Amino acid sequence: MNRIFGLLAALLLVAAAPARADTNLTFYYPIAVGGPLTKVIDGYARQFEKENPGIKVSPIYAGNYDDARIKALAALKAGQSAPLSVLFSIDIYELLEQDAILAWDDVATSADDKAWLKAFYPALMMNGTYKGKVYGIPYQRSTIVLYWNKDAFKEAGLDADKPPANWNEMTQMAAKLVKKDASGNVQRWGVMVPSTGYAYWMFQAFARQNGQDLMNRDGNRTNYAHPDVIAALDYWVSLGKKHKVMPEGTIEWGTLRQAFTEGKTAMMWHTTGNLTAVRDSAKFPFGVAMLPASKQRGSPTGGGNFYLFKKTTPEERKAALAFVKWMTAPERAADWSMATGYVATRPDAYETPKLKEYAASFPPAVVARDQFKFATPELSTFQTGRVRKLLDDAIQASLTGQKTPAAALKGAQTEAERLLKTYR
Amino acid sequence: MKHVYGWLLLTPAAILLIGFTHYPAAATLLDSLFSTGTAVRPSRFVGLENYAALAADPIFWQVLGNNFWFALGTIPTAIALAMVMALWVNDKLPARALVRMAYFTPTVLPMIAVANLWLYFYTPQIGLLDKVGALLFGAPSHNWLGDPDLVLPATMVMVVWKEAGFFMIFYLAALQSLPPELEEAAKIEGASRWYFFRRVTFPLLMPTTLFVLVNATINSFKLVDHLFILTKGGPDNASSLLLYYVYQVAFSFFDTAYASTLTVVLLVMLALLAIVQFLLIERRVHYR
Repeated sequence: MNRIFGLLAALLLVAAAPARADTNLTFYYPIAVGGPLTKVIDGYARQFEKENPGIKVSPIYAGNYDDARIKALAALKAGQSAPLSVLFSIDIYELLEQDAILAWDDVATSADDKAWLKAFYPALMMNGTYKGKVYGIPYQRSTIVLYWNKDAFKEAGLDADKPPANWNEMTQMAAKLVKKDASGNVQRWGVMVPSTGYAYWMFQAFARQNGQDLMNRDGNRTNYAHPDVIAALDYWVSLGKKHKVMPEGTIEWGTLRQAFTEGKTAMMWHTTGNLTAVRDSAKFPFGVAMLPASKQRGSPTGGGNFYLFKKTTPEERKAALAFVKWMTAPERAADWSMATGYVATRPDAYETPKLKEYAASFPPAVVARDQFKFATPELSTFQTGRVRKLLDDAIQASLTGQKTPAAALKGAQTEAERLLKTYR
Repeated sequence: MKHVYGWLLLTPAAILLIGFTHYPAAATLLDSLFSTGTAVRPSRFVGLENYAALAADPIFWQVLGNNFWFALGTIPTAIALAMVMALWVNDKLPARALVRMAYFTPTVLPMIAVANLWLYFYTPQIGLLDKVGALLFGAPSHNWLGDPDLVLPATMVMVVWKEAGFFMIFYLAALQSLPPELEEAAKIEGASRWYFFRRVTFPLLMPTTLFVLVNATINSFKLVDHLFILTKGGPDNASSLLLYYVYQVAFSFFDTAYASTLTVVLLVMLALLAIVQFLLIERRVHYR
């Protein structure tokens, strides 16, 4: 029976082929950072079409990461999914559970293709690999770095070229950097770490620096209540509550960049994806450094991966592979990194003349790459939306003083256990 | 034959109503009795299990409470403000058209645009509120949206600002339909302006007030667009509202069954509210 169907399908394909000479490749992509990036993506698509006649690429901007996932999955449920999408790297378990995606290993079969799968930074593959197979090809990938205002450092009598290397230094420097007006109101804060939107992501950095990861590799266990994790949240809370170097309450992700470029905070933790936008709007010299260490350095990776969907024809799969290979080629990776501040996803991109030149004139561009040694994958588990929100809520409840970090994290851990038990 | 003709006329509207209102409502009710299916675990009938989970969900109760305060904070304020504004722009004052337009402008703006504007009003230090506060009073910076005690009132102020202009239009229309003889008669009788408002204008506006009240109540459950921009329901669900929670459960957690359960609860509550409003208040509404 199956054979007959296969034969029929093959016949249909042969019949359809001449009528539809072009393979249409629609893909959704999200944007979560500043800058006119839709233009850049459209430009890539046109250039690819020129170099690869027979494939038509239609990129569809799909909002932020949440919107993009919703659109892709809604299209899937309606039976007309796009063959290819850039989605959040941590959506992998959700997509696997919906049985929506295909491993790239299954289509990238030639020796050349296999070498391509190994060309990326290992740190960036961690979120895209499940049970030894690659489902996500890193594309718009970022990590958290520390931005500091050199003028503010000078004004506070600090060495403008020496960012804090560990938590103690950060607290002490931040205390010196706080500036108050005559009536005692704070004009400039020492440091800000955003806590809306991606609070769990920022917290992963604190936890990793304190020696802990927040989930296991199979995505079915969390580690929210480890004493070192609680200590990490204690430190974050203490920056506002005890040391008074950060505003109390939560800090908005979306407006933090302005707060920094307007000089309202001397240091901020933010995604590298904002690097180019900060460079374009900061009126003072600024530096970019690795995040400070506690027991070790550490920062989670983040951002979007290319996923290939299951409901695709062989032609679409071939076209998708060709396009993604083209999009992630060293030249393009270098170009994309310069346009956005996202990290170039592979070592050989940093060997291209243009990125070498750019890095020489603008050293912050390579800080994220150097930090990969200390990277940890972004928080991602089965039931990822719920498990992540538990942590977000715990962090926000602690920062706003409604719960102690220990109570908040223990509560979140208990709930996460309940959700994840069935996946073991 | 006449019947067929009548039904044919009704068909287009009926199809739309059934397709986009009645069928989804019935499907939601049905979905709320099943578990969420995935490719690995197909959906199965669970009876009232989802409702039991809902009763035990602390976030649901918190969000419901938020919605209650949100409704209580926005509805009377918006209505009172709308009435005052309507009375004011109904008088003969210079540049009346301009003032009316100014009051109506917030209504025309999309909620997302309004939220983006207010995000910058509320941003600590660099935002408009903090800058004005510091300039005039030397006030310290407030973390308006980052403080669980301030965040809900902050969103309420914004919603009142946006809604009041819309309701003003209805009051304005009602005021203009009032016969001028009443005011003349009151003047001859020597009634004060306040007395005239209390005994004549206000009662005559009651039908409009009922209409606006129903709308404002529905809106207080329906308007959640601002949360996407301003707070994402945070910090720690302090500003989250019922419909926003439904969205999160449906599209961020992909738990369609539980989202259906929440939706059913929302529907039932709104239906009850509407019934109560019509039954109780209609008795005191003065229809001419």
